[in-house]
Amino acid sequence: MERIPILRMGNYLLVTIQVDMHDKLALTLQDDLTNRITEVNAKGVLIDISSLEIVDSFIGRTLANIASMAKVLDAETVVVGMQPAVAITLVELGMSLPGIRTALNVESGMEYLRETVTGHEESDEDDGDSTED
Amino acid sequence: MRTTGTVQKTETVPIQSSSDVVVVRQRVRAWTTDMKFSLVEQTKIITAASELGRNTLEHGGGGKMELSLVVNGARQGIQLCFSDQGPGIADIAQALKDGYSTGQGMGLGLSGSKRLMNEFEIDSKPGVGTSITAIRWK
Ligand SMILES: Nc1ncnc2c1ncn2[C@@H]1O[C@H](COP(=O)(O)OP(=O)(O)OP(=O)(O)O)[C@@H](O)[C@H]1O
Ligand SMILES: [Mg+2]
Repeated sequence: MERIPILRMGNYLLVTIQVDMHDKLALTLQDDLTNRITEVNAKGVLIDISSLEIVDSFIGRTLANIASMAKVLDAETVVVGMQPAVAITLVELGMSLPGIRTALNVESGMEYLRETVTGHEESDEDDGDSTED
Repeated sequence: MRTTGTVQKTETVPIQSSSDVVVVRQRVRAWTTDMKFSLVEQTKIITAASELGRNTLEHGGGGKMELSLVVNGARQGIQLCFSDQGPGIADIAQALKDGYSTGQGMGLGLSGSKRLMNEFEIDSKPGVGTSITAIRWK
């Protein structure tokens, strides 16, 4: 079955959406991500949508669902790289993407996750180094 | 729709599955690129097509999209016509309200795609089907 790959980097999960997803593929991603968050006890999820040419109400709703499910599982989500034309269109469509944290690019998205996640990260067995500076 | 332009060229895309909705987006992308719409306009038209195509599939039980190049004097536009033989829309005004959905949706598809296009007409009869025609002029 067709799937969008989910990469793990320490406490984070990274997804780059590179295809024009049909609705079923988007729902599979939503399920896969939720499972992976629990499996690896992820604290942050970064979704790169810079290759997406449009975000319609279905994709928007899927991103919002992912973010709220991640939240319940104690993980932060950030959506990065939305193209300006996509953002303009989403507003006119009437979607404000409530509850979704966005960032301009992967770097600032990762920075956001690091800041938010280290804030409530007390004791992590497998992670010796402190990312504070 | 009271014809607002002369139809110059057409293409029909069947809509029977969620991957057909992807094809709808790809064909509209190809047409709007050929017609040299700006990137923002292309994005708006494709997004509207995606919403209407999904409605044809989910609410109309499948159908088709007919793409046309319409010309009115010096103006050129793209016309999207989605039709199905599904249950129809009993109350069109209500269906067009932001946030109205008979399913799990956010109810933005119809009202939102109307905002994204210049002309928008719904022709629907309960038990017979729905046909939605939308135009965006250049
Ligand atoms: N082709 C159609 N045939 C029958 N009913 C339709 C059709 N298109 C839209 N509708 C009706 O109009 C309502 C509003 O459509 P709209 O696209 O705005 O919302 P939605 O599809 O329910 O949710 P969303 O598009 O936000 O995911 C639908 O819930 C449905 O009842
Ligand atoms: Mg809809």
